[in-house]
Formats: sequence, structure tokens, C-alpha cells
Amino acid sequence: MIAAHLPIQRPRHGKLLALDRGGNIRHLERSRVVDLFRRGDLVIANDAATLPASLSGEHLRTGRFIEVRLAARRSLAADSIRHCNAVVFGMGDFRIRTEDRPKPPELMTGDRLALGVLRATVEAILGHPRLVRLAFDGSLAGIWEGIARDGRPIQYSHITRPLALWDVWTPIAGPPVAFESPSAGFVLDWNVLASLKRQTVQFATITHAAGISSTGDGELDALLPFDEPYYIPLTTALAVRHAQMRGRRVIAVGTTVVRALEHAAQSDSFVRSGFGLATQRIGTDTPLRVVDAILSGTHEPGTSHYHLMRAFVDDATLRGLDRELNLHNYRTHEFGDSIFVERNGRGGESLEQISCSVDFKGATRRAHGIAAHHSRCELTVVRTDFRFRAVMGKDAIEQDDISGDLCQFAARRVVGTFGRGD
Amino acid sequence: MLEDSDHHILNEFRGLRVAITGGTSGLGLALVRELLDRGAGVAFVARSRAGVERVMREHAGAYGIVGDVSKKGDIHPIAIQILAALAGLDVLINNASDLGPTPLALLADTECEDLERALATNVLGPFRLTKVLLGALASSVRERRGAVVLNVSSDAAINPYPRWGAYGASKTALHHLSRIWNEELTAEGIRVLSLDPGDMDTPLHAIAVPGADPSELKHPETAARELADAIGNLLSSMRRRPELMPEAVVR
Repeated sequence: MIAAHLPIQRPRHGKLLALDRGGNIRHLERSRVVDLFRRGDLVIANDAATLPASLSGEHLRTGRFIEVRLAARRSLAADSIRHCNAVVFGMGDFRIRTEDRPKPPELMTGDRLALGVLRATVEAILGHPRLVRLAFDGSLAGIWEGIARDGRPIQYSHITRPLALWDVWTPIAGPPVAFESPSAGFVLDWNVLASLKRQTVQFATITHAAGISSTGDGELDALLPFDEPYYIPLTTALAVRHAQMRGRRVIAVGTTVVRALEHAAQSDSFVRSGFGLATQRIGTDTPLRVVDAILSGTHEPGTSHYHLMRAFVDDATLRGLDRELNLHNYRTHEFGDSIFVERNGRGGESLEQISCSVDFKGATRRAHGIAAHHSRCELTVVRTDFRFRAVMGKDAIEQDDISGDLCQFAARRVVGTFGRGD
Repeated sequence: MLEDSDHHILNEFRGLRVAITGGTSGLGLALVRELLDRGAGVAFVARSRAGVERVMREHAGAYGIVGDVSKKGDIHPIAIQILAALAGLDVLINNASDLGPTPLALLADTECEDLERALATNVLGPFRLTKVLLGALASSVRERRGAVVLNVSSDAAINPYPRWGAYGASKTALHHLSRIWNEELTAEGIRVLSLDPGDMDTPLHAIAVPGADPSELKHPETAARELADAIGNLLSSMRRRPELMPEAVVR
């Protein structure tokens, strides 16, 4: 594929390839992205804003130039920026391909770095000579000011002019927590969001601190993506549940959304709200418990983003998709064209609609809910006028199939807390 | 004695995340104090590091950011620091203002550069800062907190006072920008206010009208209280009527 070398978030002639469940491909103008969505779909995007995570300066022990790219953080809390993992580069800047960049001086624990007004210490070498944990000196406010003023967006050589922060912030960018842009979200401007509303397509967000996407070093790239902290608002978790129960599609805008939602639903297919740390790698064998489709950039084979796509479709389909993208001159990388892929059901864990009778304050009522096969612990039963949660008994865990009777049994045993509305 | 409604207003501010530009003097400083008193988390922006440090020393809990809203390159660094300090944003107050030429001048005597600076500070700056913080404000709405942008206006935005050309024209632009933005963003649950605080006894007014009698001018503290009340009333009505918040999850 051709690299998109201009930092234009919504290019006039952007392309969009859509692959549906049945394997049918169609090409759209990317500006018509809303045509992909159906009434009732839930579209979820990552609202992380991008930090200027490239800091240049001096390795004080040797006096040599270095560039530090912040690569991973432990949490979304503002003070977590004080201790970051970083990938270190030698002479040069983004104009040189990362593969061709000179190595930095040998880094040792305790080395001091001067990065603009910031000062930092190498706290640890993390199993690779260029991957370190840094500790910044000074007040937290000073660290934030230093990064905000002296940092530059992480950038790769396919974009020839220096990127500014306005190039890499998505229109919906909020919490400044990502080290690289959640660029699938470039497609969503406020006009698109208004169109979604008109079509009664629901929109929600998560916040996921996307880390570094490429290092130019095979060994390091094999470790990607690093662990990434995320936050799922209660309103988003409820919207997912609501969509699942009604059999509506959950559409992730970008790989980071897939990673966060699937991580939050790892134990039993139900997305929990709150903070988490996504540690998993998503690939061929990963069952997708939540996400039905992904709207994403185009990705090249070998990248972790491409690997993630294998959870949606099998390798043969993915190869066919690549051929199609090449044939139609799709452009790749963060400012490139887009793809929309519905998962084909293979490998995914399907959620079942369940209808059953439940014993509610002595009266029998019909209720509807969903449950996953092998669901370990929880069945949510929802009616329009009340809502309660029934926890499945341990007996049910072993069952392959959750039948109406079993559900009734389980729900009867534990008729528990309930509340009005949501 | 507090009325019930006053209690309600006061409560709207607890935990509210507010950013104020031009926060080291005049109305901006009075707003920093008023909102801190009401229990809000406050970040403020000003150009002078010495001024920012002074206000931080005198007001425990206020988070100061050095930056110039008239400079394009300062906007994202300011936004990053606001959002990191407050962990999000519910209310943005675009208060920083530039008078244009001082002493005030006839338009025919106004240097283009003075008009440019007034437009950069009073129109482009608030536009850029609001635009870049819109994602955070929308996220606040999705979390049912409500979001308000307050642009500090002036009667010079409405009346064509001679010698107030650069200031008046820029404030007119800001006022109209606010009204259009309010129309467009109401559907997103974000409200944009443009309010005239009245003629106040502030350093800006002293430069504009050197001979004015301070006893005939409003105290900035009074204006700050009124503006805070307006924000509080709006937030409480938004929170009381969740249907005004879009993205209602369970219908």
C-alpha cells in the first residue's frame, strides 16, 4: 500500500472499504462513513488526546544527542506520567526511518537525561538496551508544562513535514493520555457525530492511552502493543449491555477500542465500567465477546494492528482484503484510508437472547436477557419497568447451553437487588 | 439566610472543573476566588509567570498555567495542562481580553497590528481554546456532568462606542460566535453563554477610561458572583432535566 504522506485527517478523496459478515466487499467514499451504520448500532470511539511524547535532548554521561519517545504508562492518572516507559533513539529525527536511526549511547540505570527544560533519570533497563523506565525530576506541574511545551508528537518518516498537535488530535480528543494518536477517530468530525444522532445511531466513548506503535527494531516491535491503561465510563458500559441485549451491533472505532472493551469483558462477556490495564494481545485465537465490527485505518501485515484484525476474519479473507486494498490504491498509515470489517462469527463467543420467567416479589413475569455460552457468573435480566441482576449459580457454569429453564432456575435462586430504570 | 435555591447553586460547584483565562487580575482573578470558594477545582491561565505564581501562592488549590491565548502554538499546551490538572473539564471561562490600542483610539488612528492583537486575544483565542477543549466538554456531558462555556462579553459588543473600535468589533465577533456555537452545541449538551459583566473597577477599565470614578463602577467580586450564579443556574437546570443531555443510554 502507498503511505499517506500528508497530515490531513479527513482528505477530500478518502476511501473506505467495507467487508460485511458474508464476506462481501464494497468501496465507499470515506466521507460517507455514516452509510455503514444502521439504526440502533452503537459506535464507540477512543476520546484520548495525544501527548507530544517525543522529547529530544542530551544523554548527560556521554554528552550525546538522544530522542526519547514515551511509550507506555501504568495508569491514566496525571501523576503516572512521572514514571514512564520510553524507547530511546540516537542521532537524527523523524525524517530518518526508525529502522535506519543510529543507536543511542549505551544506557545504564542511573543515567541522567536533559530533555528541554525537563530532567530525567533512567530508573531501569527493561530487557532491551533501548527500552527504559524514566523518572522525571521536579514538581508534577513542572513535568506537565515541560512535556506540553517542549515535546513534539511522535512521528514517522512517511510524513515529511513536522507534525503539530492539531494534526494529531482527533476532533473528539479529550483526556491527554495517549502517546500516539488513536487515528481511526480522525474520520469522526462533529458533522458525522450529528449525522449519527439523526440516524439514531448511538455514540459512546472510552479513553485508552494508545502507546507507541512502532520502534524500528524487530525485537522491540515484537513486544507491541505494550500494556495500555484505559477507562470505560458507566454510560458506555451500560450502552454496550443495552446493545448486546437487543442484538445490536457494537462497532469499535480503532484497534484501541477493541482492546479496551475486550479486556474489560474478558471474564464473562460483560463490559465493566471503570479503569483497567489492557495487557492482552488480540489475534487469531482471541474470541471477540463484545465488538461486532471495527472501523479502522488500513494496516500492513506484520504490525500488531494487522494481527488484531485476525480476530475478526480468517487469514484467507484478510489476504483477500489486502489484495483489494492494493488493487484500488488505498493509502496506509495514520492519515490513510479506512476499512470497516464485520467479524464473521468464527472464533467469536456468541451471546444468546434468553427469554424466561422470573419470580419477582411473588409474581411471575416474563423477562428477556442475554447470556454467553460458558458465561461464568452473571446474567442480566432486564425489563422495561424494572431491572435486576441474577447471578448464576455455580452449577450453571458447567453447562454448555443456557436454556430457558436453567435461566429460570438460576434467576429464582437469587432474585436480588433491583432498581428502577438504568 | 440561604434560600433553598441558593443551596442548590452552591452544590452545583462542588467538584466542578473550571478553567479561566486571564486569571491573575480584575474579573478573572475575582472568578478564580469565587469559584474556589464555591468548591470548584480551578485552573487559570495568564501570560506572566510572576503573576501566575503570585496568584497560586495566595490561593491554595488554584492551578496556574503560563500561556498566551492569542498565540496559536500556546493553545494545545494550555489545554493539555488544564486537562491534566483537573482530569477533565466542565466549564471554560474565556475571560482574557485585549483592549486594542491604548490609550483608546479612533478607528482611523488604530494600527492594524492593534486590531489584529485584539482579534487574536478576544476572538481567535477563545475560538481555538473552546475548539480544542470541546472533546473534553462533550465527554463531561456523556458522563452526565453538563458542560458550559462562558465567554465574557461587553456592552461594547452591542453599542458602537467611539474609540472602542478594535475592542468593540472583536467583542461583537465573540458575542456572535458564542450565539452560533450555542445553537450548534445545544444538541451536544454543551451550552455557550456570552455575558456582559458590566463596567467594573478593573485594571483593564482603568487603562481604557483613566479618569473614571471607581465608586460608580461595579466591584469585580460582584460581577464574578453574578457570572458564577448564571453558570450554576444553567448547570442545575441541565442536571435536573437529563433529557437535555444527549446520548441518553437507556430509553
